[in-house]
Amino acid sequence: MINRLKVLRAERGWSQADLADRLDISRQSVNAIETGRYDPSLPLAFRIADLFGQPIEAIFVRSGREKNS
Amino acid sequence: MTRRMNPAKRRYTRRLAVSMAGYVITLFLAVTLFGRDGGVTGPLAWLLALLPGLCVASVFWAFGRLLVEETDEYQRMLLVKQSLVATGFTLTVATLWGFLEMFGLVPRVDVFYLVVLWYLGLGIGGCFTGSAGSCRGEGDAA
Repeated sequence: MINRLKVLRAERGWSQADLADRLDISRQSVNAIETGRYDPSLPLAFRIADLFGQPIEAIFVRSGREKNS
Repeated sequence: MTRRMNPAKRRYTRRLAVSMAGYVITLFLAVTLFGRDGGVTGPLAWLLALLPGLCVASVFWAFGRLLVEETDEYQRMLLVKQSLVATGFTLTVATLWGFLEMFGLVPRVDVFYLVVLWYLGLGIGGCFTGSAGSCRGEGDAA
């Protein structure tokens, strides 16, 4: 799964730590999600979507390989 | 902005400190009382001998509570992975050592050292998973 977290965060001028504080998670978690090393659970994905005011599917997108599987 | 230790990790650290303090106190008590003339016998002897071990065992309870209380799902996943590595490492070393010991190639070692090994495994697991404070740094704080 790929995501637009880094872009959305940059648009708002937030650091990873800022985003982590807003989501009440660690900066390492934000980093892991942004770099695709960790796919968040649905509840966390909803929290992220709520924070950015966008639907989940506008932030998290299936990668090409997942679409074909 | 630096994020401080979260409440779950703070509680874990506090529980760890209490467990270790309990271990030192009960071990001192047991060694002292068993070392006296006549020593200790009966149920009190069993209790005294078990208390230090129970204090050490409470460390695993504290780790279990940390897994339950950690609200950061990514950190929780890292902890689970770490504990799996630690358990696998400990069981592997214990098995190998057991056979080496059976054939007289290595000396006998008290089994309570397995706890030390498990915690060493936790550190090794941290290196593999890239947990906070592990030997592998995490970049990109932008």
